[in-house]
Amino acid sequence: MTASITEASASAGASTRLDALDLLEAEAIHIIREVVAEFERPVLLFSGGKDSVVVLHLAAKAFRPGRVPFPVLHVDTGHNFPEVLAFRDETVERLGVRLEVARVQDYLDDGRLAERADGTRNPLQTRPLLDAIAAGRHDAVFGGARRDEDKARAKERIISLRDEFGAWDPRNQRPELWSLYNGRHTPGQHVRAFPISNWTELDVWRYLEREQIPLPPLYFAHERDVFRRDGMWRAVGDSSLPRPDETVERKRVRYRTVGDLSCTGAVESDAADLAAIVREVAASTITERGATRADDRLSEAAMEDRKKDGYF
Amino acid sequence: MTDTLTPALTALVAQPDEDAPRATSLFRFATAGSVDDGKSTLVGRLLHDAKAILADQLEQIERTSRERGFGHGTGFDFALLTDGLRAEREQGITIDVAYRYFSTGERSFVLADCPGHVQYTRNMVTGSTTADAVVVLVDARHGVLEQTRRHLAVVALLGVPHLVVAVNKIDLLGFDEDAFRRVEADALAAAAALGIPGTHVIPVSALEGDNVVERSARTPWYDGPALLDLLGSLPAAAELAPEAEPFRLPVQLVIRPQGGLAPDLAADPDAVAALRDHRALAGRVASGRIAVGDAVRVEPGGHVTRVTGIRVAGEPADEAIAPQSVSLSLADDVDAARGAHVVAVSHRVEPVREFEAELFQLDRRTLRIGDRVLVKHGTAAVPAIIAAVTAMRDLDTFELVDADRLEANEIGRVRLRLAAELPVEPYAVSREAGSFLVIEPADGATLAAGIVLPAP
Ligand SMILES: Nc1nc2c(ncn2[C@@H]2O[C@H](COP(=O)(O)OP(=O)(O)O)[C@@H](O)[C@H]2O)c(=O)[nH]1
Repeated sequence: MTASITEASASAGASTRLDALDLLEAEAIHIIREVVAEFERPVLLFSGGKDSVVVLHLAAKAFRPGRVPFPVLHVDTGHNFPEVLAFRDETVERLGVRLEVARVQDYLDDGRLAERADGTRNPLQTRPLLDAIAAGRHDAVFGGARRDEDKARAKERIISLRDEFGAWDPRNQRPELWSLYNGRHTPGQHVRAFPISNWTELDVWRYLEREQIPLPPLYFAHERDVFRRDGMWRAVGDSSLPRPDETVERKRVRYRTVGDLSCTGAVESDAADLAAIVREVAASTITERGATRADDRLSEAAMEDRKKDGYF
Repeated sequence: MTDTLTPALTALVAQPDEDAPRATSLFRFATAGSVDDGKSTLVGRLLHDAKAILADQLEQIERTSRERGFGHGTGFDFALLTDGLRAEREQGITIDVAYRYFSTGERSFVLADCPGHVQYTRNMVTGSTTADAVVVLVDARHGVLEQTRRHLAVVALLGVPHLVVAVNKIDLLGFDEDAFRRVEADALAAAAALGIPGTHVIPVSALEGDNVVERSARTPWYDGPALLDLLGSLPAAAELAPEAEPFRLPVQLVIRPQGGLAPDLAADPDAVAALRDHRALAGRVASGRIAVGDAVRVEPGGHVTRVTGIRVAGEPADEAIAPQSVSLSLADDVDAARGAHVVAVSHRVEPVREFEAELFQLDRRTLRIGDRVLVKHGTAAVPAIIAAVTAMRDLDTFELVDADRLEANEIGRVRLRLAAELPVEPYAVSREAGSFLVIEPADGATLAAGIVLPAP
């Protein structure tokens, strides 16, 4: 799928010692294959963000020379960066996977959901997501969540059972033993599967660099009109406009996550390629959510609440 | 964001790590201890001193510490770093295993933080099955307690490669050598009685940081490494010559792309021709090494054939080692599917219909003779019956005593009768071929973790 994957290059040289990325990759591919073997209709949540890009890359490797044997699902908030949508479409085309899209806008248009006072749409994704899972009769949903992201996720299982309402019950999780995953479920239940649970943000960047995996251009330093809000740089866009007291400046910025335009902040950066980002992330003193996600900063328990409701 | 921190906190923020090297090894460890031994403090201290705590996390902890009105010395409670879920924060206890990540220059660590009070078996077993080491905490003032012995027994039964006993709160004993030596002798004796080789015992103060990341000047009589240095130098299971073991591969699925080649390959006529009849058995190498040309045997069936092609993570390769994810093409069109095992031809395994096992009962339900369950071993799931419950471990002495059932959190011995043969091997021989899950068929719950005992 990238320049580094060519059929001609033989010999992965097994005699060299395996490093942390090799081991994390091997674990992730094992998890992806387990889920495909044990479930009827898996789907991968694909946002175009770096974590879901890595999971899709791993899925392509897991089934190569065949193609990825399941579709990807994108929950379109209607506030996506256009660059990310373009990247999404190129990626599914390049890998030959089918794309399913659940649109928050459809729910707003027909009144099933109402716009929030603060204008963010991340919390509105849950309903369209669960409906899409039910409509696609998906019994397993791959996600790119990592346990290092926050304290509620630190306790998430690799294969995590959800009830009919998509809810996560943190007090009643299956113990996970050895690398024996138990994906048994009853009708109506589905599982969320997190193949890169054990990766850190730095592991993800190092792997993207090692494999030279394409990413949306937003991740790399670029000039952009931004304004300061809640201690973060926000892009100026249709769904993200400065208030009268906020001044727009032109800055060299990049994004560490590429979610909803209206609540994702940029950081000032000169890191224009993967190697530079790896250096920057290694030197960083702020976790990625803290730096760039306005909605997670509302409360320490924000993520836990969203997980219980069936969010990722 | 750093500019919003108080000066005291700024001093504690992770420092830039500009020249983090590219290749690191991976080491998994679990922590266990009784309530109040200081486990949360130790984990918080390790993460903090290893610079794994970032500015915004510290800020949040400081805020919560202030709200709750506690915290020592530095002005915040390290334990807050590790209390993940709201219910836990409200009750001030940890319920479930939480995973933490940090890294030194050479090694990335995965830490399974196992709370010790209720459900200790469940949590400790969960955290220890994949661990390269377990760090058991002991309060220096109380020494080795029954609970400590239980923790050590779990380490012994699960065959965790390394045991570290951290004798904590040594500051409360004025860093007294004699006090430490007494606890150390007890810990070593307990570990030896359980047959645990190479136990390491370290005097630490989690609260004040002695011997956690840096060797302490206050324990001049201790000449071993600090905890983090020790964890950085112990070989991980993956580094303990797994290649010396026989090759074993549980088959996860069969890759047979036929028309569905990856688009870049489908666009290449040579690849299309070469891959027309591609058929490969995909799985993760459980142990050993395999090279193109090697003879292998496929169980069940015992069919002997040769490896004609290997892919490691999708790419063609000449050889592969544990624990890589691979796919193997074989010379003969062997009828193998998920649940089959490919093993070195020299490796003799006798698939069995009945075997003895030690079970860790993890579910609330009681396990009784005659119960119908599923056994998940490798990639196979087979219906089974609990043919006998032969013994359970006394929770205080850990001796085997008579029993006819297993209750939650108990450890005991059973005889399992299978509906189909499985190539199980004793856990002492292979962690992979000797481990299994006991599953409730009705609701799919994991009832117990099982390890295969040698045939009597
Ligand atoms: N003096 C002293 N107190 C400690 C030390 N480690 C932990 N404590 C205290 O012991 C109590 C229990 O610690 P905590 O980490 O919550 O224990 P846990 O229940 O094992 O997680 C807290 O009040 C800690 O501050 C130590 O090394 N020295």
